[in-house]
Amino acid sequence: MARVIGDVILDLQNISLSFGGVKALTNISFDVREGEIRAIIGPNGAGKSSMLNVINGVYHPQQGRIVFRGQERRRMNPHEAAAQGIARTFQNIALFKGMTVLDNIMTGRNLLMRRNFLWNALYWGPSRREEIAHRRRVEEIIDFLEIQNIRKTPVGRLPYGLQKRVELARALAAEPSLLLLDEPMAGMNVEEKQDMCRFILDVNEQLGTTIVLIEHDMGVVMDISDRVVVLDYGRKIGDGSPDEVRNDPVVIEAYLGGAAH
Amino acid sequence: MAEGAKPHAPAIIPGLETFPRMLRHHARVRADRPAIREKEYGIWQTYTWGECYAQVRALACGLAEAGFRRGDRLAIVGDNRPRLYLAVAAAQCLGGIPVLLYQDAIAEEMAYVLQDAEVKMAVVEDQEQVDKLLEILDRLPSLERIFYDDPRGMRHYTLPVLQGLDELLEAGRIHDRNQPDFVDEEIEKGESDDVSVMLYTSGTTGKPKGVCQTHRAFLFAGMGGVQFDRLTDKEEVLSYLPMAWVGDHLFSYAQAYAAGFTINCPESSETVMTDLREIGPTYYFAPPRVFENLRTQVWIRMEDAGRLKQAMFRHFMKVAERCGIQILEGRPVPLLQRLHYALGEILVYGPLRNVLGLSRLRVAYTAGAAIGPDLFRFYRSIGINLKQLYGQTETCAYVCLQPDGEVKLDSVGKPAPGVEVKIADNGEIRVRGPMLLKAYYKRPQDTAEAFDEEGYFMTGDAGFFDEDGHLKIIDRAKDVGRLKDGSMFAPNFIENKLKFFPLIKEAVAFGHDRPYVTAFINIDLEAVGNWAERRGLAYSGYTDLAQQPAVYDLIQQCVEEVNEDLSHDPQMNGSQIRRFLILHKELDADDEELTRTRKVRRRFISEKYAVLVEALYAGKDSQYIETAVKYEDGRTGKIAADVRIRDAKVFPSSPRVHA
Repeated sequence: MARVIGDVILDLQNISLSFGGVKALTNISFDVREGEIRAIIGPNGAGKSSMLNVINGVYHPQQGRIVFRGQERRRMNPHEAAAQGIARTFQNIALFKGMTVLDNIMTGRNLLMRRNFLWNALYWGPSRREEIAHRRRVEEIIDFLEIQNIRKTPVGRLPYGLQKRVELARALAAEPSLLLLDEPMAGMNVEEKQDMCRFILDVNEQLGTTIVLIEHDMGVVMDISDRVVVLDYGRKIGDGSPDEVRNDPVVIEAYLGGAAH
Repeated sequence: MAEGAKPHAPAIIPGLETFPRMLRHHARVRADRPAIREKEYGIWQTYTWGECYAQVRALACGLAEAGFRRGDRLAIVGDNRPRLYLAVAAAQCLGGIPVLLYQDAIAEEMAYVLQDAEVKMAVVEDQEQVDKLLEILDRLPSLERIFYDDPRGMRHYTLPVLQGLDELLEAGRIHDRNQPDFVDEEIEKGESDDVSVMLYTSGTTGKPKGVCQTHRAFLFAGMGGVQFDRLTDKEEVLSYLPMAWVGDHLFSYAQAYAAGFTINCPESSETVMTDLREIGPTYYFAPPRVFENLRTQVWIRMEDAGRLKQAMFRHFMKVAERCGIQILEGRPVPLLQRLHYALGEILVYGPLRNVLGLSRLRVAYTAGAAIGPDLFRFYRSIGINLKQLYGQTETCAYVCLQPDGEVKLDSVGKPAPGVEVKIADNGEIRVRGPMLLKAYYKRPQDTAEAFDEEGYFMTGDAGFFDEDGHLKIIDRAKDVGRLKDGSMFAPNFIENKLKFFPLIKEAVAFGHDRPYVTAFINIDLEAVGNWAERRGLAYSGYTDLAQQPAVYDLIQQCVEEVNEDLSHDPQMNGSQIRRFLILHKELDADDEELTRTRKVRRRFISEKYAVLVEALYAGKDSQYIETAVKYEDGRTGKIAADVRIRDAKVFPSSPRVHA
């Protein structure tokens, strides 16, 4: 595979986050390089989702620096993050259940639409052309993720595994350069996991999207990630290639236990 | 009792003796009419005959530049994609021979065909097919180039044998511009006796054989079908069956070229039903299982419908049962019933056909397997002109057709125009006509053995003509055996009767040289699973469900119904099923138990499961067995189970008396 891993695009330095007296993250530093698949692992409550929320701008760390594409940022809300090319999926699916797959994915294009809602209500001239162009892009994503057959199906009627795929599609519709996936394979059967792995690799390889993912399934993490960060009780206890992490005695002790495979 | 050739044998038009010439003809007379449509990015894209011809020319030039010569073989593998159909024509333009392969075949099966056909180049759909070919590339010394249609995922493939179809087309276009006479000259060199295509037999017995068909044969079969059903260039068909199947090649290629009608390629294999509705074909071809699935969906959806709708549906289905077929065939029906049916047409049948996507349908055919009488009646009674045909790869799937108004449930119709059919002394069906194969590729002995002294092709099927001159098929001639007591044993016949139950997916009957008949059953996981769910029966998977006593009770009822049915037929009375078992695993083509067209390979199965067969005849109640299975990703595993065996009730002979 001729994938190119580039420079650091996201650098997290000494991040600490607490909610009242509870310390969610303590002094964590790691970076993400352009084009790589970066995994964050750790036991329940280790602070993985909090970490993702910090990157995404949902939480604001009390201490530490975040440098994204050379620019330091301190406070930023999620829609600014989205405008900078960061998209995400959620641990518990956050789709509009009553809307069709197509409409759900179209919502991912929202930030990229230039016309205001009055224009769109008219659906004439430029706004119509714009809508068609966006629809074309959405269709390409539908084709990419092989969900043509459910295009017009309301999301609520789909099985869980497919809903996850639709959520990925919506995130992709925003054409992100950095994609955050919060447990993309939770609750899936083996076959669904295999499919999802393939799609994540395809997104990374063919669209060149950098991916940060949280995942519980160790087999998956070790197979598809370039580098892995290990958290435990809000602290970083390991960082490196899957092999390095797998053989790190501290990590084995804290997380993988005797069942490392 | 030979049936003579019918007066209106289809005639091939002088000057249009080959498929490329037909294509050029269509590009001239109906350049702007749609030839192929494909749903891509959610929108139906149309290619006109003019555009198709231009693309075929470019493809042909590109192939020629890559070194493809007259007589070379071009493998084509993939789902029904426009450019794969065009590749067939492009190879034919150059006098090459397209070899169509099943797209779901595993690499190993492909290796056999590609070696046997000594394929020089291949046009494949996508990365999946490329990967399969690369896996076996070192065993294919003759394969020089592989072209892929869909570039997705192909970025990192740098092997020199690989090239995108887009690049090939681009090179071809330049070549065509510089030497505009090249393609025409090549087309002129083609003759009607040249081999136009190689299709492989499914290999129910032994290795698949390459059937070489000429332009004459397929054009004859195509023209014949077009004349028989008065098809025009306005027809719309959905091309969704494997391109390697003779049925698809006849309907989507030969007949489309003969009549100049439009073929529509679905978006993906999962969207076929939606695409069917959007296209609304006027002419439709499907094996019985597709019709079965369609009806099952109707059933399932009716169960979720409101009480009023359900009652209405049930009522009018009874009306349709009473007089629907008579009305379809234009036979006399009392006025009151006719009005009743007309009301049903407005309330039920019309909307139902619309939901199925069959509103515009004029003619539908089914073939490839026996169709259940209930199923057949259902479609005909709601006003769908569903008919059966009979043929095989070696006869371009063109031997017998059911004429409009003369459709019988248990026959396959009359000999098609220009085809001679006779029944040999041993009961075998033999056919003669221009649609017969030229040869089996590189198998002169097999070819010679396939014909009798008078030049009839020996189909290997046993059958007879009824009093109206309709052909009835009993079974494969060599499968027809004898029980120990000498009575006839026709395994397919029995298996089909079993398979007509929606709960039974596959069946294998044994009985040759045995004292009585026994059977292996494969339950339909979806249907039986549904049934189990409704009854709150827990199960962990196929193996578990199959061995549940309640499921055995259910299947036993089916078996006994078949037995009762057989008891009415004096010839088949002895073939009642005494003992049966439900197999612990699903029969699968990947395990070589079925052919790619889903026919059971009886001998292979009886050897593989010899312990079970012995147990059936030894009178045991159960038998332990371990079976190796191949998973889709190529890994192997084991399934072990204690398979139960049941006795079924046998009925005394009671021939049905006709009033």
